[in-house]
Amino acid sequence: MTLLGVTAAPAAREPSCYSAFVNEWWCAEYVDDRRDDILAATTEHLQITVAAVLLGLLLAFPLALLARRYPRLESTILGVSTGLYTIPSLALLPLLVPFTGLSANTVIIGLGVYALTILVRGFLDGLRSVPDDVVESAVGLGYGSARLLFKVQLPLALPVLVAAMRVATVSTVALTTVGTLVSYGGLGDLISHGVQRNFRAELVTAAVLCVLLALLLDAVLVVAQRLLTPWARQEAR
Amino acid sequence: MSLFELTWQYLTTAASWTGSGGLLDRLAEQLLLTVTALVLGLLIGLPVALWLGHVGRGGFLAINISNIGRAVPTFALLAVLVTADWPGPAHLGPYGRAGLATLIALALFALPPLVTTTYTAIREVPDDVLEAADGMGMSGVQRFWRVELPLALPLMMSGVRLALVQVWATATIAALVAGPGVGAIIVSGFARNQYSEGIGAAMVVAVAALVLEIAAAGAQRLVEPTRERAVPTKVRAPVGDPA
Repeated sequence: MTLLGVTAAPAAREPSCYSAFVNEWWCAEYVDDRRDDILAATTEHLQITVAAVLLGLLLAFPLALLARRYPRLESTILGVSTGLYTIPSLALLPLLVPFTGLSANTVIIGLGVYALTILVRGFLDGLRSVPDDVVESAVGLGYGSARLLFKVQLPLALPVLVAAMRVATVSTVALTTVGTLVSYGGLGDLISHGVQRNFRAELVTAAVLCVLLALLLDAVLVVAQRLLTPWARQEAR
Repeated sequence: MSLFELTWQYLTTAASWTGSGGLLDRLAEQLLLTVTALVLGLLIGLPVALWLGHVGRGGFLAINISNIGRAVPTFALLAVLVTADWPGPAHLGPYGRAGLATLIALALFALPPLVTTTYTAIREVPDDVLEAADGMGMSGVQRFWRVELPLALPLMMSGVRLALVQVWATATIAALVAGPGVGAIIVSGFARNQYSEGIGAAMVVAVAALVLEIAAAGAQRLVEPTRERAVPTKVRAPVGDPA
């Protein structure tokens, strides 16, 4: 570093690729200088995304069970959740503000609603994909309804459910940026700041991190599914 | 006064709706943007997807365009387009500030639902129907126009509907980069601590989204009178990505 500093002394002291006169799209020095800010924004982004998807999962499970128990409710649950899904994110967040204020909860609940719609369908399609004869044999073996659900149906529904979770997670990572409206947008706050200050390096770094975060979480889900469904791996061989 | 009363007051004041930059003005702007972007998306996406589906190639592209569209935040793409030298934040006629950048972003985000559903729709035409068409001596062009396209139309229409709703939602986000549309009132309301304006405008956007969805569903039903007679499928209408 010192050697480099000597050879390029005047340039090294001043940040070269971001300043009032230089506005590069990619700037390693910006990433170095603002490491803490970027890390904090990424952490917030990850927390909001994970909380929203977990909230969606937590709400989707009982709703899906209800829809299965009372088939008449299925169209109502799907209809209402799809209706909420139609509302643009930038409109849904303000509608929550009277109840939750300008907080991270507003973003988590809003995005949780979107995740919920995808996940209810995931649960229903997943449970429907379980072969009838498997369920019948389990019942014949004396499985009660709770044990049937947790030991037979849910594990076999996992591949379809995880597919839905991947869609929900990746879209939630992207949508968290909109949370910048209430100042809880994670990396979206950096993008917003970058737009206001016409600071290209900042907004591009945040955008790239967003996509990387989505890919990372997607990969985590794929690995988790492979670990949780070892029988599917054996079939594939 | 509570926030609800203030919002009600904002929505029931005629001045909020009329005039330049009022709700009606912005609604028209956003509708114009949405329709233009959807038409652009259709013009670009449909021929490509139909051709790929017809020749049975490019499935990888057709499926992955959805995954890419889902992972890239609309806000980030808009931010890059507006900050770039071209298209930048320039006004574009009735499309308002950053009109061109917004149109490009919206048309790009209309492509995934259009391309993926259209490709899938053509590929899902049953093999025996295609064999029958070939057996009748139909040429490739005849097979496409008389067999594949009519059978694919219902699913294609649901793709158009998804794209419409998604583009409307994306057009709202355009305001986060100081773009046009009703979202501009939401964003400026929040920026100036006039939350009632932001919430009121959000209600207008949400209701408009539901009206668009219902209208599109109605139009879809009109276009496919043969649906009831078609082979019943257990496949639920696809959902797009939230935006």
